[in-house]
Amino acid sequence: MSALDDGFGGYLSLFLAGILATEVWRWLGLVVGNRLDVAGAPLQWVRAVATALVAGLVTRMVIFPAGALANVPLAVRLVAFAGGIALYFACRRNLAAGVAGGAGLLMAAQLVMR
Amino acid sequence: MVDNENEPRLPSTPLPQDSQWAAFAAGLSLIASVPSLVLFATALGFGALARDGGFTLGQAAFLSVGMFALPNQVVLVDQLARHETLAAAALAVTLTAVRLLPMTVTLAPLFRGMRARPLLETLAAHFIAITTWIESNRRLPALAPDLRLPHHLGSGIGIALMLLLGTLVGYALVGRLPTIVAAALLLTNPLYFILSLVATSRLRMDVAAIAAGCILAPLLYLVAPGFDLLATGLIGGTLAFLWGWERT
Repeated sequence: MSALDDGFGGYLSLFLAGILATEVWRWLGLVVGNRLDVAGAPLQWVRAVATALVAGLVTRMVIFPAGALANVPLAVRLVAFAGGIALYFACRRNLAAGVAGGAGLLMAAQLVMR
Repeated sequence: MVDNENEPRLPSTPLPQDSQWAAFAAGLSLIASVPSLVLFATALGFGALARDGGFTLGQAAFLSVGMFALPNQVVLVDQLARHETLAAAALAVTLTAVRLLPMTVTLAPLFRGMRARPLLETLAAHFIAITTWIESNRRLPALAPDLRLPHHLGSGIGIALMLLLGTLVGYALVGRLPTIVAAALLLTNPLYFILSLVATSRLRMDVAAIAAGCILAPLLYLVAPGFDLLATGLIGGTLAFLWGWERT
């Protein structure tokens, strides 16, 4: 089963909905440059919306996952996820410790439960 | 040797062309760093997700090179795999990508050296995403103005190579990995994203937006699937903005 056809149409769809939809904000940022007040209300609101959206995406990926993660019980996913965040702070805001720690916790929990 | 005493000494700063390449190489060395490894692991997860979602290897690679923004790539693949319309997917992607605007706005002035180089600056802007933004924010201000653009281009190309490599390897490994490992790889995506958000949050508003997003998303997913991410961003972000704005 394919989400999109493999020909020109599929790539055009990905270009429009993915690449153009993303790149346009970089171009705008380049044009606006230092002419826009980054601390101003409009950009701050935009920043808050984007932050909440990504946080929402993250939660959705953990609670309603796709693929192999769906076979792991919800409680295990949540514990491993929270454990990764805790490790990040415990290791003085170390990104690698958080990501590797969370992934390690998930593997350990699955091994123990087998 | 004694004769050399009369020879002119080398200028204390190397030739401009040389130092620009040196700055590029210094940026490229970001490929061998902890953030780069974390990104690689996250890209493995994206490659796996793309294959699970029914995308071809070429399409997954196309997205990694063309978008260079893993959260957006995940949104796009996730939306299309759930059979959302292309318009709904594009809207979700572009809303997620809005965060690149303030990131670019803060870095763009640093790209400008002695003269404007529009093409290279546009290319440099393409290489703005969470990993390179954090690193360039930290490194560029300490460099001479003319060296910032090549340094960022080096970092960008290095990280882009890691992103592409991770995508390809993750895609190829799906089905060949024990499910325990595959599941752990998929967890690296949300973990890296949430930690990146935490790492770049400076205001109360940012923290409030993260909390609001985490709480609202699962509820809205059950109530209004398809619109859940947009609604989460708009409602949660606006609430966080109003709350944070009053306090600052």
